[in-house]
Amino acid sequence: MDILQTLTDLWESSGFHSFLVNGGWKNLIMIAIACVLLYLGIKKKFEPLLLVGIAFGCLLVNLSYFGPESTDALYHPDLWTNFLDHDSPYYHSYGYIMANGGLLDILYIGVKAGIYPSLIFMGVGAMTDFGPMISNPKSLLLGAAAQMGVFLAFFGAVLLGFTGNQAAAIGIIGGADGPTAIFLTTKLAPELLGPIAIAAYSYMALIPMIQPPLMRLLTTEKERKVKMEQNRVVSKTEKILFPIIVAMFVILLLPSTAPLIGCLMLGNLWRECGVTERLSDTVQNALMNIVTVFLGISVGATTAADSFLNLQTLFIIVLGLTAFCFSTIGGLLVGKLMYALTGGKINPLIGSAGVSAVPMAARVSQMEGQKANPSNFLLMHAMGPNVAGVIGSAIAAGFLLAVFGN
Amino acid sequence: MNFFTLAVQTADSGTKISIGDAAVTAIFGYCVVFFGLVLLMCVLYATGAIFQSRDEKDKAAKKADATKSAETKPAVPEKKPEPVFAKGSAGHIKLHNVPDKEAAMIMAIIADKMQTPLNELHFISIKEVSKK
Repeated sequence: MDILQTLTDLWESSGFHSFLVNGGWKNLIMIAIACVLLYLGIKKKFEPLLLVGIAFGCLLVNLSYFGPESTDALYHPDLWTNFLDHDSPYYHSYGYIMANGGLLDILYIGVKAGIYPSLIFMGVGAMTDFGPMISNPKSLLLGAAAQMGVFLAFFGAVLLGFTGNQAAAIGIIGGADGPTAIFLTTKLAPELLGPIAIAAYSYMALIPMIQPPLMRLLTTEKERKVKMEQNRVVSKTEKILFPIIVAMFVILLLPSTAPLIGCLMLGNLWRECGVTERLSDTVQNALMNIVTVFLGISVGATTAADSFLNLQTLFIIVLGLTAFCFSTIGGLLVGKLMYALTGGKINPLIGSAGVSAVPMAARVSQMEGQKANPSNFLLMHAMGPNVAGVIGSAIAAGFLLAVFGN
Repeated sequence: MNFFTLAVQTADSGTKISIGDAAVTAIFGYCVVFFGLVLLMCVLYATGAIFQSRDEKDKAAKKADATKSAETKPAVPEKKPEPVFAKGSAGHIKLHNVPDKEAAMIMAIIADKMQTPLNELHFISIKEVSKK
């Protein structure tokens, strides 16, 4: 046995050696980024349920993948490049992925097939009370207005040279809805999944910092002080009919929204119908947790150094922030319009909650309302636009998928 | 702009689109979102109106039944029922122009801020103080 040769082989097959050759230093940068994300998730509690998984996925892939020759890697971007290449013999071959992929490749199949985001939506539906929106249907207008950032960021991305598909995936960050962003990006621009998911979840966690300055800038003290009247009580039958009606109308309008809206409304029907408590409970807790585990780690795996460390990622981060800001502005402006039209009965602060991100955005409206008037309770009023934003961002995603997804 | 053509062009590799097409897509997309949600709003208003009118009819029918039975029955002085308190409850609270729901919310917030179980607190009255 040639001990020296064996030691040399061992050294050359190790990750430490890989850091020093063929641009392996990029992996070191990604490992540092993964550690920062872990810090933000654990210490600063930035959407920890997903961000910790994403960060650890990022760490795992950058510890094990140094190029196509890394056969032992947990995730192989090159396999997925073949999967998407029309000319490759392995085009759309899940079998090839199963046979040659690592653990994270196999878990990623659930993202690629759109299963995890849809199941997360099922859990969100089971956890959401649409009562505030049903009792005040006007709040749907705020949910629609707050999609402004989606389309402005889309336009901005085209100006910066992204393709239509990529611009659509970037724009949806403004919907402030992680599963929708992941769903659309996987369908339209899977190469951008890592940066888009990280940007979406980071900005969602930063909503309490992003929104308040804009809210104070665009509203007057008088507007912020408005106390809203209590909404009517919604009957059980209305709550049961709601998911059925929404599923029918929205899916008929935009069939491409079917996976997201279908799952969201099924989850909500299980919650409201009163005869499926077991299913509702499972979807809200066990299933949601299991899917979150798989989704986080497999999305994190897409952040291999080569595909993440580029100018595009920087643009995505800037465009994502722009999208969030303009979505907030859109909701606030329509909130102000409603304030004027109703003779001051609607507090425009609830408009910013239209950016989805349930219930964080509604809480921000509540806090800002209370700062202006300590006896103000806007939370339930803001929940209306907040859940309307979930439906609005799904419709926006459905539209973009219908235009660019064929 | 022909959306079908645009979709076909971008189908294979996600090609770049012109600024004009992007602007039209953005505006059209925003309009579609509004259209979808306005449609839903109309449906919710319609179903809400149906349910509200049904509830009002039910209430009116119940009221009519109650007055009918009150007219037929001889007037017996009603005995005020003894108030029933929840286990651990500390008794009455006086509400001055504060609805029950808001009072419940205020009590819950105070209990939360004081880190004390609600049934260990005794609220005497809640009154809205106007800033005049």
